[in-house]
Amino acid sequence: MSRVTKFASRDSGPSARMVGFVAHLRDNGLRLGVAEAELALSALTSIKAATPNDCRRALRAVFTGCQDEADKFDALFDSYWMDAGRVRQKAIPKTSNTLSDSTHSSRDAQSEGAASSAGNMTAPDGGEGDADSDGTGKLIATRQQNLARKDLRDLVRPEDIAAAQEVAHRLGAALRDKRSRRRIAAQRGDRLHFRKIIRHSLATGGEPIRLLHKKRPDRSRKVVALCDVSGSMSIYAQVFLAFLAGLMRADTKADAYLFHTRLVRITEGLRDKDAMRAIGRLSLMADGFGGGSKIGASLQRFSDTYAKRFVDGRSVVLILSDGYDTAPASDTVSALQKLKKRGCKIIWLNPLKGWKDYSPTAACMAAALPHLDLFEPANTLADLAALEPELVRL
Amino acid sequence: MSYTDLQSDLAAQGYIAADDLAVALHLALDLGRPLLLEGAAGVGKTDVARMLAQTKGTQLIRLQCYEGLDAAQAIYEWNYQRQLLTIRASAEAGETGQSVEDRIFSRDFLLERPLLAAISQPEPPVLLIDEIDRADEEFEAYLLEVLSDFQVSIPELGTIEATCRPIVILTSNGTRDLSDALRRRCLYSYVPFPDRNTELAILQSRCPTIDQELAQQVIGFVQKLREEELEKVPGIAEMLDFAAALMGLGVGDLTDRPSVLHATLSTLLKTQSDQAQITADVAARIAGKAA
Repeated sequence: MSRVTKFASRDSGPSARMVGFVAHLRDNGLRLGVAEAELALSALTSIKAATPNDCRRALRAVFTGCQDEADKFDALFDSYWMDAGRVRQKAIPKTSNTLSDSTHSSRDAQSEGAASSAGNMTAPDGGEGDADSDGTGKLIATRQQNLARKDLRDLVRPEDIAAAQEVAHRLGAALRDKRSRRRIAAQRGDRLHFRKIIRHSLATGGEPIRLLHKKRPDRSRKVVALCDVSGSMSIYAQVFLAFLAGLMRADTKADAYLFHTRLVRITEGLRDKDAMRAIGRLSLMADGFGGGSKIGASLQRFSDTYAKRFVDGRSVVLILSDGYDTAPASDTVSALQKLKKRGCKIIWLNPLKGWKDYSPTAACMAAALPHLDLFEPANTLADLAALEPELVRL
Repeated sequence: MSYTDLQSDLAAQGYIAADDLAVALHLALDLGRPLLLEGAAGVGKTDVARMLAQTKGTQLIRLQCYEGLDAAQAIYEWNYQRQLLTIRASAEAGETGQSVEDRIFSRDFLLERPLLAAISQPEPPVLLIDEIDRADEEFEAYLLEVLSDFQVSIPELGTIEATCRPIVILTSNGTRDLSDALRRRCLYSYVPFPDRNTELAILQSRCPTIDQELAQQVIGFVQKLREEELEKVPGIAEMLDFAAALMGLGVGDLTDRPSVLHATLSTLLKTQSDQAQITADVAARIAGKAA
């Protein structure tokens, strides 16, 4: 869904409108500069733009730079030039101080010591006797998809992201510190590359004049995080979203996805320089947040599409989910098998595992277990931080 | 000249370009920008460059990227053997010092690699930088200098300015993300698998002798096959092989002999699990749907 705009009728000529269009694209996450606007105008002159479709093709070639951008370009073009846009609404980051546990934003409530008396949704009970307290309500089934839009900025605050960034940085470092066994040619290596030296010495009559080196290259691991944001996970979303945002900021190679009943790639959105704006962009992408979950289908889709491009033997796939799936477990298993075939490590972090006497009995979780390299609890940032030694061992 | 002219020129060479691609190519030629093509393997990215060179009647200079590609293989290298021989010869002739040094570090002793060769031609050639995503990230930096300034700096010789601006086409399979800086300097076009009519036109232009009925069936079959969950989706070259195999075996109708159809699938399916998945029955069913 695009954020702005039709072109303003007060704009005088084509160049003003083109600048408006560039601003519109920039608002929607395409990284464009002044040079592109200029290039776009000369492109339109060059194809002697006659029909809207020719313009669309020309502008797409100029303004987009990858497949994702090319895919969403049509909608952006329509909304600006074809009157399909809406009036601009200013997005103001909110930092609300009136968060309460019942709105699933429990940071404040927790720190004020509410946990002891009123029960806390984001932490396990003491485990002795009855639960401390419980809410009332009933579960009903629905055939409708949850399409209500949730503003994730209510959920995550800048401080959380900063803290998560710190943790993500350490975890990333723990995963990344892998060096290859084999040495390859390098300008400044620690050893001499004899094979190359001898080959090159042929040119100098057998005298090794140029000394060539080799070193063990850093084979950095790439983190690919998949976060479940279905209804059952929404109370943990705060921690995990902050973690994802931190991860993206700490590690430029990391890749992130959200899934509920669909899978959404959020890497680009989370890379926004402004942390809160990144979360804001995320909420635009995450239609269906807090709805049902189709873990199997989402993982299938991931392993069939994105994984082919982004997952290889040097990747670590991090799945953040409770394993409560509405679909049969066989989907999850076949998806995990496919992923495993790509040679990656699979880590499943389950917030429920921290609960006393938890055992992975949910069909999906039980079936997935044999395919995981690591199955660990995680429901707070501290838990995530504690994973560091496990990851080093991996 | 408009993009439709370019499209028909390419079609005359046997390359059927979709409108999107034709506009992007036209702009790349007209604005002198490099064009980055992305898409699955086997959709004809590399062929664009080859056919463009034929259409324009210019040379095609190709740089195939691979892991570990460095400046010496992509831009230039000194001809050490010749330099050494020259030094020995001139020492015997009594020539020494500055004059020898000037001589051995001149253009005569420079081995041009594809990038330098491309910018020092009298006529603008087509420079194809194939599978740029396979090269290391450091190599992108070299490439950026050449692509933005069209000049090469050689420490011993100074900066070599381009005598012409080559038509640059980069292709990528998306095995890693390219840097934003590189994407910004290029026009971009995503090349999808062709739709039914385009693919039919490709088949007819490459195999003019094929029977109309069979051509329709082959395209229908391959398009349906791409919708199956395969590890390696068959590209256009595979489709042409498939059609050639059927013609060679004298098959007139796909649904006639299921065993022959299954045998020819080796032209389309290139992994063991794909072949196991598309059994003779499945193939016959797809052929039935496509007919």
